[in-house]
Amino acid sequence: MTDLERKTSEEVAATSTEAAPEEADIVFEVEGLRVHYGSKQALKDVDMRIYRNRVTAFIGPSGCGKSTFIRCFNRMNDLIVGAKVEGRIVYHGEDLYANGVDPVEVRRRIGMVFQKPNPFPKSIYDNVAFGVRVLGLKDDLDGRVERALRQAALWEEVHQRLNDNAFGLSGGQQQRLCIARCLAIDPDVILLDEPCSALDPISTSAIEDLIDQLKKQYTIVIVTHNMQQAGRIADHTAFFSVETQPDGHRTGVLVEYDRTNKIFTNPSDARTEGYVTGRFG
Amino acid sequence: MIAEAPQRGRWAGLVFQCFLVFSLAVGVITLIVLFGQVLIDSQGYLDTSLLENPPSALPELAGARPAILASIYLAVLVFGFSVPIGVLTAIYLEEYAQKERWYNRLLELNIQNLAGVPSIVYGILGLAFLVRGIGLGRTLLAGSLILTLLVLPTVIIASREALRSVPPSIRDGAYALGATQWQVTWRQVLPAAIPGIATGSILALSRAIGETAPLLLVGAVTYVRFDPTLTSAFTALPVQIYNWIKQPQDEFKLLAAAGIVVLLVMLLVLNSAAILLRNRYQKRW
Repeated sequence: MTDLERKTSEEVAATSTEAAPEEADIVFEVEGLRVHYGSKQALKDVDMRIYRNRVTAFIGPSGCGKSTFIRCFNRMNDLIVGAKVEGRIVYHGEDLYANGVDPVEVRRRIGMVFQKPNPFPKSIYDNVAFGVRVLGLKDDLDGRVERALRQAALWEEVHQRLNDNAFGLSGGQQQRLCIARCLAIDPDVILLDEPCSALDPISTSAIEDLIDQLKKQYTIVIVTHNMQQAGRIADHTAFFSVETQPDGHRTGVLVEYDRTNKIFTNPSDARTEGYVTGRFG
Repeated sequence: MIAEAPQRGRWAGLVFQCFLVFSLAVGVITLIVLFGQVLIDSQGYLDTSLLENPPSALPELAGARPAILASIYLAVLVFGFSVPIGVLTAIYLEEYAQKERWYNRLLELNIQNLAGVPSIVYGILGLAFLVRGIGLGRTLLAGSLILTLLVLPTVIIASREALRSVPPSIRDGAYALGATQWQVTWRQVLPAAIPGIATGSILALSRAIGETAPLLLVGAVTYVRFDPTLTSAFTALPVQIYNWIKQPQDEFKLLAAAGIVVLLVMLLVLNSAAILLRNRYQKRW
């Protein structure tokens, strides 16, 4: 970077109107989080704070553990045989990995949307209603389904065919349906694991607009392969990288976590700079 | 040069195609000849008296009504016993069992092997354990239980296959919405697997309908003149056919041919149901 460029980026950072991390409420306080798959360490000692009503993005090359990390927040790694999570994730003062915490309860508050749209082989209505029914909430099911579909900006497109099979929707619509499904149970946090990687640019842009809307009400954590996407939508960005151990195992590490602006224009770590300027990864 | 190389390839391809057609013909022609022969032989005996009359010493009066009824009862009972047990076993093995545990691996190996055990061995087990051991006697119930044991491994294997073909992303999606394992299994995985389970179970059932050996051992008798009940002596269509073929008079052999046509029609109906189910609920992911 030349001096001139650096100066410009510092100015950008200084004039940024986004809140500094310290000003918002903390939703997750991650302390010394390590993940092993069998004997292989997948993620090394992560410390991080996730803030309320912010979009936090995880970026990094393949195999850097960002998907592994996001799956720790709703204990999805519990479902993988041999996965072991150590350390703490404190959620509103309560450690998600403490004894006696029911992962089912955790997942009811912390929703997740996956990389590939995965609607259930059922009608559009039943897809959205599934989570509500599972929770045993019976009153005003129609209203809940409609609200969720409206929030996910899908209602106008599907309200006349709620009983059609969800597989008839386009990929982008399916992904918004998955978001609606997650919103229907009124979560506190939404985890998005590369939600746009299987979508075309127009659908991607629709989802990004949606995320921008949703952050007013929810806390959003997103894994993305696409740096520009993180630059467009995230308030905070964490850059993960891969370290090759002496025995050849590849372990993910958190390199740098800061406001998105800072990460993209004035990173503190040379590895981050190399990645965001496209020199590696 | 360019023209020669594909020429050689074409000859090899042609020879290979001939082999393919020949292999196919072996099966199809045999089936057609057999079925045609049976149909011709059954002329004059394939009538309503075959369906309505009990067996008789006189070929022109003899029918297979008790045997046909017993075969239908057997089919219903075997389906009723084997599908719930088989599906629940498959759900345990696929969804609940920790696959790296030694006892689960042992169970799995056992079921694979049981599917290959000759049916006569099941017959001996049925005779020793069901008929004499717990004293069910030579009844329709004992016969249906032994056929259930016979097809259970096949039902389990087919159901596991169907459960496994439900993509993991469906399970992940349901878990991520805060569903418990019970809810994920009963509301998402099982409904998605039902077409596969039904197809596999019906095919297994059609094997049971055609079985003779184990039924002979648990005491299906060959001359039953009354309609069967759960606790009565019984015969079954394949057993009846076997008995007619053993008779010295030629007329009984023709009667057997008519019985075979009825049995084949029953099997075809079952198999078509399986195919219809499979086509109707094609994989949707």
